[in-house]
Amino acid sequence: MYVAVKGGERAIDNAHAWLAEERRGDPSVAELGVAQIRAQLALAVNRVMAEGSLYDPDLAALAIKQARGDLIEAVFLIRAYRTTLPRLGASNPVDTGAMAVDRRVSATFKDLPGGQILGPTFDYTHRLLDFKLMAEGEVPAAETAPAQTGPVPHVTGFLNRDGLIEPAAASDATPPDLTREPMELPADRALRLQAITRGDEGFVLSMAYSTQRGYGRTHAFVGELRIGRVAVEMDIPELGFAIEIGEVEVTECETVNQFKGSKTEPPQFTRGYGLVFGQSERKAIAMSLVDRALRWKELGEDDTGAPAQDEEFVLMHCDNIQATGFLEHIKLPHYVDFQSELELVRRLRAEAMAGQEMAGQEAAE
Amino acid sequence: MNTESHNDPSARQRWMSVLAKADPARLAALMPDLPTLEPLRPPEVGAVMVRGRVGATGAPFNLGEMTVTRCSVRLADGTVGHGYVQGRDKTHALRAAAVDALMQTDQAAQLRVAVLDHLTAEADARWALRAAKAAATKVDFFTMVRGEDA
Amino acid sequence: MTGNALGGGFSNPPEQSARAFRAVLEAVSRPGTIWAVEGAAPPAPLSVAAGTVLLTLADGTTPVHLAGGADCQPVRDWITFHIGAPLVDARQAMFALGRWPDLLPLERFHPGDPDYPDRAATLIILTEDLANAGAKLTGPGIAQAAHLSLPDITAFQRNAAQFPLGLDFIFTAGDRVAAMLRSTKVEDAPCM
Repeated sequence: MYVAVKGGERAIDNAHAWLAEERRGDPSVAELGVAQIRAQLALAVNRVMAEGSLYDPDLAALAIKQARGDLIEAVFLIRAYRTTLPRLGASNPVDTGAMAVDRRVSATFKDLPGGQILGPTFDYTHRLLDFKLMAEGEVPAAETAPAQTGPVPHVTGFLNRDGLIEPAAASDATPPDLTREPMELPADRALRLQAITRGDEGFVLSMAYSTQRGYGRTHAFVGELRIGRVAVEMDIPELGFAIEIGEVEVTECETVNQFKGSKTEPPQFTRGYGLVFGQSERKAIAMSLVDRALRWKELGEDDTGAPAQDEEFVLMHCDNIQATGFLEHIKLPHYVDFQSELELVRRLRAEAMAGQEMAGQEAAE
Repeated sequence: MNTESHNDPSARQRWMSVLAKADPARLAALMPDLPTLEPLRPPEVGAVMVRGRVGATGAPFNLGEMTVTRCSVRLADGTVGHGYVQGRDKTHALRAAAVDALMQTDQAAQLRVAVLDHLTAEADARWALRAAKAAATKVDFFTMVRGEDA
Repeated sequence: MTGNALGGGFSNPPEQSARAFRAVLEAVSRPGTIWAVEGAAPPAPLSVAAGTVLLTLADGTTPVHLAGGADCQPVRDWITFHIGAPLVDARQAMFALGRWPDLLPLERFHPGDPDYPDRAATLIILTEDLANAGAKLTGPGIAQAAHLSLPDITAFQRNAAQFPLGLDFIFTAGDRVAAMLRSTKVEDAPCM
C-alpha cells in the first residue's frame, strides 16, 4: 500500500523559528560572537576543521555557533559548504620538518636535539575545575625565553640513520582522493590516512584504544608529537613556479612500534603516522595507532581478526557524517515502509494463531 | 632604485607569500587606494587540497582542503598581477593581485617600503613571539638517580 | 604566459556559468536542439560556444585533449589560466576539443568503464554551421525525431552500439551548441 502524505510546512517554519530563538538563548545574556568562538573555543574549531576537512577557522566557528555547539552538526555544515567551492588545485606536500613548533615532545628520547617543548598543554594540569574562570579577568602574559631558530629534525630521522626503523620512501605519486572518487578497497596507505584524518575523533580514539588493550596490539610509543604551523605551497601554472598561499596549524604524531620481524621484514622498529589539522593531539596519536594496525598485511603480520586490523570496518565507519546521516534518517517519515511491516506482522500473527488453533484441535481429537 | 625584478622568481615568490598570509584589514589599511586595473580573472573563492606525506617524508596523501581566494588583474600599462590568498576575502585577493602587478613596475621600491616591509616585519614579530613562548616551555631535565646505579 | 591568453574569461563567473550550464543541460537533455551561449572570448580557432562550454564544464580535475588546430599555444595558455585543466593525450581525456576530422578515430577516446560508464569522454566538436537538417535522431529526450547536421553517420552508430558505454558529443558553431549522446540513435534522413 502506498500512503502519500503532504503538509507540515507551517510546522517546519515554526520549528525553525523556535530553533533560532533557542540558539540565541536568554536575551539578557550577551550574544556569543564568531570571533569569540574562534579565539576561545579554538580546540572545538580545530576539530570541526579536521573532520569537516576544510581549514578555515572563521567558517568552523560560525558552524559551531549555528549548530548550537553540536560539533557533528557543525562538521556537517562545513562538509556541505566545501562542496560548493571550486577546487583551485592541490598543494605541494607540507614540510613538517620546517614546522614552527608550539609543542614538540618525545616519549622515546629524553635529550632529543631541539629539546622537549611542552607548549600550551593540558598534560600537567590537575584536572580540577578552575572556578576563577567563572569570573572575567585579565590573564597574565605567557613567559618568553630566547628561541632557537632553524629546522627541528624528526626523531625518526635519527633512528633511520642507523637502519633501526623502516624508512618512509619519498615519492611524488598523485594520491587518491576520496572526495573525488568513491573509495575502493583495498585502499593504499595514502587513502587510509585521508579517511582517518577526517574521521570521527571518538571512533578513531576507540579503535586506537582497542589496539592498546590487545585487539591487534602494535606496541606503540610516541616517537614524536609536534604541533605548530606549516607553510602551504602550491605550483601556480600561470607563474611557472610555486608560491606560499597560506599557513595551517597541524598536529603530527609518529609512533615507534616494536616489531620482531616477519616472514618478509627483518626485526626493526616500524612506524605509524598521524597528521591532523589544528591542535588535535588525541586524534593525531589515535590516527597513528590505527594507521599502524592497518598495516599488518604489508608488514607480514598475522591477522588476529581485530576490528582495528579490518580495513573495511575502519574506513567505512570512521566518517561521522556518513554515519550520522544514515543513523538519523531512520527518525524521518518511513510511513510507507512501516505500513508494509505492519501488514506483514499482522499476517504472520494470524497464520501463527491459525496454526495454534489447528494444533489444539488435533490434540483434542 | 628599483631593485625588484619580475624576472627573479624568488623575489616575487617572497612578496606573493607575504601578501597571501597578510591580514586583509591590515593590507587594506596600508594600501587603501587601488590603481586603475582590468580584472582578467575576477576574485574567486575556492579550495586547495592540502597534502602531507606518509611518515613525514614518504608518499603524498590528501590531508584536507583550505579556503583560498585568487584574482588576476592587468594594469593600464599591460602589467599582469596575480593574487592567491588564504581565506575567503575577495578584496584581499584583488589587492594582492594589484600589489603583485605594481611590484613589477617602477613603483616597486616605494610599495616595498609602504606596504611589504610593514607586513613582513609584523609577521616576523608574531612568529618570534610565539617561538619565544614555546622556548619558555622547554624542559630542563635533572637526572636524579638512575635505577641501575642505586 | 602572455597577457593575451589571460583575457576572454567570464567577467561574472557565477551568473554566466549558470546560464551557460542551463543551455548545455537543455542541449544534452533534448539531443538535436540548438541553443545559444555567451560569455567567453577564447583565442582562435575556438568559437565563443566552444570556449563557453569549456569554461562551464571543465576544471582542474577534468583532463582535456586538444586535437589538430585547436592544439596551439594560445589555446593551451588560455585553458591553463582560466580552467586549470591538465592537457593530456586522447586516452586520458574527459573532454576533447577539435574539428571532426582531427578527432578521428573515435576509438582513441575512453568510452567509460562497465562499473562507471560516466567516466567516458565528451567530445566538443568545432564546426562551421549547425542546422536542424540532415541526419535523423531518435531516442531519449526526443519526442518524435530530430534532425541535426552531423559530420558523419556510421561513426555515431558504432558509438551508440556500445551503450551503456560510449562517447557523448557537443557540437559548437559560433555561439550555438547542440548535443548528441551515446543513447541517441542516428539514421540517414530519408529524402524529404
